[in-house]
Amino acid sequence: MQQVFKRPQSLKNVPFHFCPGCHHGLIHRLVGEAIDYFNLRERTIGVAGVGCSVFVYEYFDIDVAEAPHGRAPAVATGLKRVLPDRIIFTYQGDGDLASIGMSEIVHTANRGENITVIFVNNTVYGMTGGQMAPTTILGQQTTTSPYGRDFRQDGYPIRMAEMLATLEGTSFCVRVALNTPANLMKAKKAVRRAFEMQVNNMGFSFVELLSSCPTNWGMNSLKAHERVAKELIPYFPLGIFKERKATEEL
Amino acid sequence: MEKRLFLKGNESLAMGAIKAGCRYYFGYPITPQNDIPEYFSRHMAQVEGCFIQAESEVASINMLLGAAAAGARAMTSSSSPGISLMQEGISYLAGSELPGVIVNVNRSGPGLGGISASQGDYFQATRGGGHGDYRTIVLAPHSVQEMHDLALLAFDLADKYRNPVVILADAVLGQMQETMVDRPYQPLPLPPKDWILTGACGRKPNLLKSLYLKEGEMEKHNWKLFAKYQRMKKEEVRYELALTEEAELVIAAYGTTARVSKTALRLARAAGMKVGLFRPLTLFPFPEEAMLRLSRGVKRFLAIEMNTGQMVEDVKLSVARDAEVFFYGHPPGSPPDPEELLEEIKKVY
Repeated sequence: MQQVFKRPQSLKNVPFHFCPGCHHGLIHRLVGEAIDYFNLRERTIGVAGVGCSVFVYEYFDIDVAEAPHGRAPAVATGLKRVLPDRIIFTYQGDGDLASIGMSEIVHTANRGENITVIFVNNTVYGMTGGQMAPTTILGQQTTTSPYGRDFRQDGYPIRMAEMLATLEGTSFCVRVALNTPANLMKAKKAVRRAFEMQVNNMGFSFVELLSSCPTNWGMNSLKAHERVAKELIPYFPLGIFKERKATEEL
Repeated sequence: MEKRLFLKGNESLAMGAIKAGCRYYFGYPITPQNDIPEYFSRHMAQVEGCFIQAESEVASINMLLGAAAAGARAMTSSSSPGISLMQEGISYLAGSELPGVIVNVNRSGPGLGGISASQGDYFQATRGGGHGDYRTIVLAPHSVQEMHDLALLAFDLADKYRNPVVILADAVLGQMQETMVDRPYQPLPLPPKDWILTGACGRKPNLLKSLYLKEGEMEKHNWKLFAKYQRMKKEEVRYELALTEEAELVIAAYGTTARVSKTALRLARAAGMKVGLFRPLTLFPFPEEAMLRLSRGVKRFLAIEMNTGQMVEDVKLSVARDAEVFFYGHPPGSPPDPEELLEEIKKVY
């Protein structure tokens, strides 16, 4: 009998602790598959953000550094400058990357650091219990926007992929979702491409993944998938916002 | 013959850092320490090192964290407001047991303060500075020569203890020019860096973190760090004593105030007063035992600082119970002059 589907080597053989229906497990898998695909496990270093993301070191069978909240791109910069031939990626949520870490992500992209950023956008602060994030959709109720996000008070949800695509230093910038098999396959391709960019010294690569958080959205997994399609994708359109084709363009 | 150079304190420190093998510098402009990043921006390329002008002090300290995690000797420098911004990162360095050198060319505060020399950051430097129960080694140079020499030492101590080391200078030490001897670097014997992140090739993954959620883990980690700080107290105390034998009064001062005190000391001796000087080079670990020993003979101490009273608390905690501790504070603006200190000496002698 032949085994046709198995756990990526880059992931440890341990069960995920994530809530039922959460997409972190899927995203871990996609990253692990990309690392395996290019045979990078023994030369990859992950940088964990703060939030549910911090536990990447529990699941990836690779070297990991934990960064202060929002600072993962700066930590990754230090690592990459010392070890330019290693593969460095950050794994960050939306509170971490788009709120407290806005400065670090923008400047790291702008310097064109040859790293890969995995950005998990689920429109809430997950670990702290579902507070409003910079990506929370207008009208979305959270524990700190109990009447729904109102732009007059809270401003608008930030579209990170589009924003970073405007920077000269960014080489690859894409937004994907995980709510359908078709989207999942596109996401897999995008994550793989992001790592490929780094392997080829093409510079800063960024993958935003629209992710579900059924627990803090107050719905079951299937409804959460529906919400990604109905509420998130219309505001956060999927697609490639920037992709350099060759190093000559750098 | 030894090579002598005429340099600014900031430059002599940067030169020492490169000599000690520092190849990664991350910093953000702030007066009065700009000579340091400027020096590295000129010289790092020549030693195949890396200089990054970061977007903020917050980014600087975290780039340092990343470079340290990869096993490199790395440093950052700033001045008081910038050092405040770095405290989060310094706390993470301490918690993750990562080495790194942080230079604070102390300016005045609170807030934006001013660019003149100050010793207002003594508490911040010696009590950890950021959140959590930790300490950094704090070195206090008092000359351009020591800006260089203590930079060499700082990198060794950081690696020896896997802990951040702060060099606490001030605007005068950073900006003044003096001759200095270009001494060779003789590294301490150091433990191997088997904990660094290089990719888990042929070994189990390494993990650098400060998060401990499981029952009992955090307490264990804090006790482990505590044991390290106790070892620092045992092995790393450094201080200078000048004319303390048979002294009636001993001045306690570090950095620029110690430098001015040395002149005041000569004036006092010339006036027939038996005055000595106690100068800590390590502010953490503070030379508590040396101070206690000294206070068994000398019963009057005068702490002099460019603030309203910070190190004086450590002096009071250290001396014998029957010793009297006086304080003269000269908050920032300009440093005190020797005649001014002589008057203070006369008051308490």
